[in-house]
Amino acid sequence: MTVDTSQPAAARAPRAQPAVALPAPGAQPATTTMASALNRALADSLAADDRVVVFGEDVATLGGVFRVTDGLSARFGDHRVFDTPLAESGIVGAAIGMAMNGLVPVVEMQFDAFAYPAFEQVTSHLAKMRNRTRGHVCLPVVIRVPYGGGIGGVEHHCDSSESYYVHTPGLRVVAPGTPADAYRLLRQAIDCPDPVVFLEPKSRYWAKETTILSTDGARIDQAIVRRPGSNVTLIAYGAMVATALEAAEAAVDEGWDVEVIDVRSLSPLDTETLAASVRRTGRAVVVHEAAGFGGYGGEVAARLTEQCFYYLEAPVARVTGLDVPYPPPHLEHLHLPSADRILDAIAQLEWDSPR
Amino acid sequence: MTLLAQANDGTGSGTTSARPQAAALLPSETPLQLIDADGQPGANPGDLELPGPEVLSELHRRMVLGRRFDTDSTALARQGRLAVYPSSRGQDACQVGAVLALRDQDWLFPTYRDSVAIITRGVSPAETLTLLRGDWHCGYDPYDRNVAPQCTPLATHALHAAGLAHAATLRHVDQVALALLGDGATSEGDTHEALNFAAVWKAPVVFLVQNNGYAISVPLAKQTAAPSIAAKGAGYGVPGVLIDGNDAAAVYAAVRAATARAASGGGPTLIEAITYRVEAHTTADDATRYRDSQEVRGWLARDPISRLDAYLRARGLLDDAAAARLEAEAERMAAGVRDWAGQEATADPNDLFDHVYASPTRDLERQRASVLGGSAPGATQ
Repeated sequence: MTVDTSQPAAARAPRAQPAVALPAPGAQPATTTMASALNRALADSLAADDRVVVFGEDVATLGGVFRVTDGLSARFGDHRVFDTPLAESGIVGAAIGMAMNGLVPVVEMQFDAFAYPAFEQVTSHLAKMRNRTRGHVCLPVVIRVPYGGGIGGVEHHCDSSESYYVHTPGLRVVAPGTPADAYRLLRQAIDCPDPVVFLEPKSRYWAKETTILSTDGARIDQAIVRRPGSNVTLIAYGAMVATALEAAEAAVDEGWDVEVIDVRSLSPLDTETLAASVRRTGRAVVVHEAAGFGGYGGEVAARLTEQCFYYLEAPVARVTGLDVPYPPPHLEHLHLPSADRILDAIAQLEWDSPR
Repeated sequence: MTLLAQANDGTGSGTTSARPQAAALLPSETPLQLIDADGQPGANPGDLELPGPEVLSELHRRMVLGRRFDTDSTALARQGRLAVYPSSRGQDACQVGAVLALRDQDWLFPTYRDSVAIITRGVSPAETLTLLRGDWHCGYDPYDRNVAPQCTPLATHALHAAGLAHAATLRHVDQVALALLGDGATSEGDTHEALNFAAVWKAPVVFLVQNNGYAISVPLAKQTAAPSIAAKGAGYGVPGVLIDGNDAAAVYAAVRAATARAASGGGPTLIEAITYRVEAHTTADDATRYRDSQEVRGWLARDPISRLDAYLRARGLLDDAAAARLEAEAERMAAGVRDWAGQEATADPNDLFDHVYASPTRDLERQRASVLGGSAPGATQ
């Protein structure tokens, strides 16, 4: 590595200009999966900034259980991309120390529920270090967490753990919904001076999109309108973006013109984009896989009610997972929001009053 | 060769490095000691190297200053000028010996009980006590003296030390991290993970356990059934060193040797220093509920300062005049601390909002405006 060896100056050195993987002039869109887009984002970040290190369980030789880190250790060396002992608190705790010493760690928690041993390190240290040191110590750590269900996974492999993280000030929490955005968001997360919990919707790892990968476009903290519509706003993130878009297409037959917003940044939330949409459409449905009680949809519904009350034609609705521990594979279809459940929720909104 | 034999041999898949012999990693049965409780040469020096006269004098001076700081801080807490103070009285040799063994570029990872270690590292008393007065959480810039924020959760910072040390290796920087732990913290999972990560990475980190006999009220016998805490190192491939934690010379020598070993690529060391917390857990604790005064008196006879005082005087390295000058220096420092503590707290409400993120979010700016007045960014209603 050719890292500046002066200390502490190196630890506080301005971040290298991100070498954006801009498409070559005249580059043609290519078909990519979310997993390969994430892999490309890691590779481009490793190439752009030699302070970036990638580590976790099985990320080097194996390339990760979802192959998101495939080939990175071979390309960048085992001092940049390496396997660790099997201990999640250790991975995040060590990442904190590394970030204090000038590195930019990108660590992988193998599955959502297996990230819980690291919870104390995340909430008591990673999230608070900047604050407790009045800005002297910043921790540009990214924690990648494959999350959510829909893959037929047995217990402890399908949790939607976003609410645990968004309730912790100091963390950024993001979740991409498309391959192109997975690339953009991960590059932005790695370049971000704040710690970022990066939730990867594992049921969408193999979703394909024909696109040119780029960091241009929405900032890390902005929501995106994925589909314009005029009389109801669907608000989703992660795997539910695709489900919401599917519901929106089906809704055309019912005469509903559905707008779909991809939240992307769960914390901080781009309330302005959501509220602007709902003021136009007058109706909102929030969709997520996680259990409804105490869930993210409650915060979104409260904000929209506070900020858009006089524009609302109907109460803000939620379509969420059941308030049960994540079900076994043969029952998860009853738990996960589907296009049909979303359409049912839209149908139950107030549609009679004049606009 | 059977699979088990291969695993034990360290030649199993993917592993090529030879494994150490467990016996070679075990500490001595009794604590190593350079200067005994009477100020005489210790009976069990092991391979510890006695520091030179200048270092011994400096150890003494810093312990005297640290003791005064500790005593006055306890008093300030009792007067209500600090929210609370966890004293390290009795652990002075660990606090001072370990820190003086570090080089400028090394890092100290202290706990809430290690305020004396922090001022010995050169952080001002006022900045050190900011946490305990309640002005803010960490009162100093950790990069000024390479001192991490005082860690209140137990053992979590051991992993930060291991990670910082490994980053030094990856960046080819000559730096060693020293993590201070207590005996109770060794029961936490993060101590295990830190020792394991550090050993696997051969990270330049030293773990110093100040075994003061109690985790608040719970005695060591209820904490661990291990032969010693230092002996646990062998389970990780980390050498364990057991020392008399009231012997500043031994602490200095052991930490010096461990940091030198770490800096030369030898990997981590686990040092257990046997010591005693003379005061209660904090000024909010009542130690008479779990230990008797006879036990405390027994440890007062093994005081870290008086033994070094006797050792230095017997060798002409300290006399009454020098002791008086040192007492005057301690009084000047104490007066400064009292002046600071007598001033109104300077907590700035803007600190609540300024450092949660690199730049405050719109939500935080609205909350700042609602709490402190002023204009909020465009309300969207």
